[in-house]
Amino acid sequence: MSVGATPDRFQAADAGGHHDREDNYLLASSGIGSWLFTLDHKRIGVMYLVGIMASFFLGGIFALVLRAELFTGQKLFLSEDAYNQMFTLHGAVMTFLFIIPSIPAALGNFVLPMMLGQKDVAFPRMNLASFYLWVIGAIFFLAAIIFGGLDTGWTFYTPYSVTTNTRVILALLGVFVLGFSSIFTGLNFVVTINTMRPHGMTWFKMPLFLWATYATAIIQLLATPVLGITGLLLIAERALRIGIFDPEIGGDPVLFQHFFWFYSHPAVYIMILPAMGIISELVAVFSRKHIFGYRFIAYSSIAIALLGFLVWGHHMFVSGQSQLAAVVFSGLTFSVSIPSAIKVFNWTSTMYKGSISLATPMCYALAFIFLFTIGGLTGLFLGALATDVQLHDTYFVVAHFHYVMMGGTLVAFVGGLYYWWPKMFGVMYNENAGRFFSLIVFLGFNLTFFPQFIMGSRGMPRRYARYVDEFQIYHQLSTMGAFLLGIGMVGAIAVLIYSLYRGKKAPANPWGANTLEWMCSSPPPLHNFETPPPVGDPYDYSNLRYDEREGGYVVDPGSGKKTYSH
Amino acid sequence: MTTVAETTHEHHGHGHDHPEHVAHHFESARQQYDAGKLGIWMFLITEILFFSGMFCAYAVYRSLHPEIFIDAAKELNTMLGAFNTVVLIVSSFTMAWAVRAAQLSQKKLLVVLLWLTLLLAGVFLLVKAKEYTDKFNHGLYPGVFNRFAQEQYPAVTEAVISSYVSTETPAAPAEESKEAPAHGEEHGSTEEPSSGAEAGHEEHAEEHGHDDHEHAAEGDAHHGGAQGVHNIHIFFGIYYMMTGIHAIHIIGGMGVIIWLIVRAHRGEFSSEYFGPVDFTGLYWHLVDLIWIFLFPLLYLIH
Repeated sequence: MSVGATPDRFQAADAGGHHDREDNYLLASSGIGSWLFTLDHKRIGVMYLVGIMASFFLGGIFALVLRAELFTGQKLFLSEDAYNQMFTLHGAVMTFLFIIPSIPAALGNFVLPMMLGQKDVAFPRMNLASFYLWVIGAIFFLAAIIFGGLDTGWTFYTPYSVTTNTRVILALLGVFVLGFSSIFTGLNFVVTINTMRPHGMTWFKMPLFLWATYATAIIQLLATPVLGITGLLLIAERALRIGIFDPEIGGDPVLFQHFFWFYSHPAVYIMILPAMGIISELVAVFSRKHIFGYRFIAYSSIAIALLGFLVWGHHMFVSGQSQLAAVVFSGLTFSVSIPSAIKVFNWTSTMYKGSISLATPMCYALAFIFLFTIGGLTGLFLGALATDVQLHDTYFVVAHFHYVMMGGTLVAFVGGLYYWWPKMFGVMYNENAGRFFSLIVFLGFNLTFFPQFIMGSRGMPRRYARYVDEFQIYHQLSTMGAFLLGIGMVGAIAVLIYSLYRGKKAPANPWGANTLEWMCSSPPPLHNFETPPPVGDPYDYSNLRYDEREGGYVVDPGSGKKTYSH
Repeated sequence: MTTVAETTHEHHGHGHDHPEHVAHHFESARQQYDAGKLGIWMFLITEILFFSGMFCAYAVYRSLHPEIFIDAAKELNTMLGAFNTVVLIVSSFTMAWAVRAAQLSQKKLLVVLLWLTLLLAGVFLLVKAKEYTDKFNHGLYPGVFNRFAQEQYPAVTEAVISSYVSTETPAAPAEESKEAPAHGEEHGSTEEPSSGAEAGHEEHAEEHGHDDHEHAAEGDAHHGGAQGVHNIHIFFGIYYMMTGIHAIHIIGGMGVIIWLIVRAHRGEFSSEYFGPVDFTGLYWHLVDLIWIFLFPLLYLIH
């Protein structure tokens, strides 16, 4: 987004008594250079948002092409090789370019310093470097697509990845660079949360989104370097045949799987933990009730992060690893589901007897709880050794991880985007349209992936371009669901974009939330706060009341609630 | 860790309580230093984990194939490795002293010590280049160019090397992505042993993925020793990856030290502002520490 394209609304002088007239981060400086070299975390968040939405669009196109081809078991327009490339790029683009950075880099970057009442993250230049590393990584992926494609699957398994004719090295360089972008984001967030919490904001007065971001950052810091070195070793293997992974010259291909999944299973939690953080915010605000079990939710974020490192072998039950290892990994896998269950219980308890408002963000939060629970429960079949042997590498697995990754993270991301959009851009969107498309997304998602559980349990293998007739009905339902889901996603994004041009001006606090980002104007000024905002319990809404003239919530001076301030 | 505000004038911060070296978004120099310190420690943790993947590969291959490491380590120059160890330890000392000089506002000493550290890093790299050159002269390249790999897997290495000069399929042999290679097609090299029996053994080895048959004629296929050890090239793959990436870290550190020298010349560091020197020193110590592990593992233990 360049300033030249800023909708006219932002230029209008406000005749009202707002002190922040024309003092917001969008207008603080002008020209494309002021965006490209910005050190403002909010602008960096917006730039990330543009980048990841473009990636999401690209990955989504790949998905629809795949589903269209699979409408019948015969070839429609993709050869088998082209099909392999298409699912590889769909997986790699969605995983590395979209989901992993989506919430931490785009929403987290925008919101985290403001939730701390601060002006910026600890290392603004590193933040901008993270963004450009993301851009460079994306360019490597585009180069791999343009110069020969990629057909290894997003998992790059050896020995095929050593010998295929496609552009594995370009894609791996992209993964490597993207990994460092992720590391730097995680580093920035850990330091910011540790050293820049304001006076009075103890660890247990932090918004749960910050707990989730913190747990995620720990994983980014500890797991991503292993992905980096794995990528380099595979590049060396492919370029020089150093012999570590290639069995043709004495190497061990299963070793690659251990290295890869040591990162990529914790990466699942890099994806899902920030989503859970968003859900904690949305459920509490739109139930107008203190979050139930705050400390349990906070601790379970950390528990998920740490346990997530111990379970990578459950991706390899049929790879030939030892039986003892398989049993241990299976047990640990079941353990990691406990903190996730704690979160779901606490969200449900928060809603119990709450004053529930079905605003668009809450619609996505409810969809998340439903879809994530299905993803989690079906994970039990894959974590159990006996059933996993049959279900491994079938569409059951595909459905499972899409329920978690897309039904979970993507839905939470869109919910968070709808929640913070008024703060980010200072405009309200059409609430009815937002709710309508959230329903389309929910229905389309289930129609796409639920049939995949059924056909997977009946033996349909994943990654196959052709199939026998008995699976056709499920594939056709899935394809129709995918296009419905596509319509829902396009509609949801269109509602947001439309609001930039026609949306009503947003009040500082449209939802009645009590986290600190709602205590500055919408959109925020460049340095966020003129004076540090008072710190209180982020989930205590008793001091807020709706102001008709403001069109949003304001602090009730008569509430008598104690707060901390400098 | 909670950083407590140390002044009571934050809301008037601009131009009053913010020294030039304190960024606008930090309340105090102390907070900025704390953030930098935690940041560099977090970064060093990621660097350790980055190397951990290679140490894992080392550990796996060492535990499964100890004979590879016993024999291959003899090809390394222990004296040059030891010399480099001393060089790095001395450079850690000069770097630590530089941090101290910065803390005491000793500008000239700081500049001299940073130059010394930079010089020692350069010496390390020169010795490393010498080592690599010696190995290349003995045919000890990484991967398919390694003479042990070529002796043991002549068909595969020849196919890969020939693919490098092919304009159709750079970096990957074309036939391997489509179908299993016909064995007869890949034995045309003049270096092939002329004995039909030996050629047959090679085909057999390739077909079954076993490399034991290659030395059946010599009668010592199941015994250790220089002539019977297989996959020595894997050691050199691990060696070049570990020492190569370590060298890249040395180069990166040199770049940062140059940046510090420029800033030190401008007089930016003092007892009130020495964070960047301190943080770079910690990075340098890690680079040194990694070498202190690499040297015994690769050069000494066998």
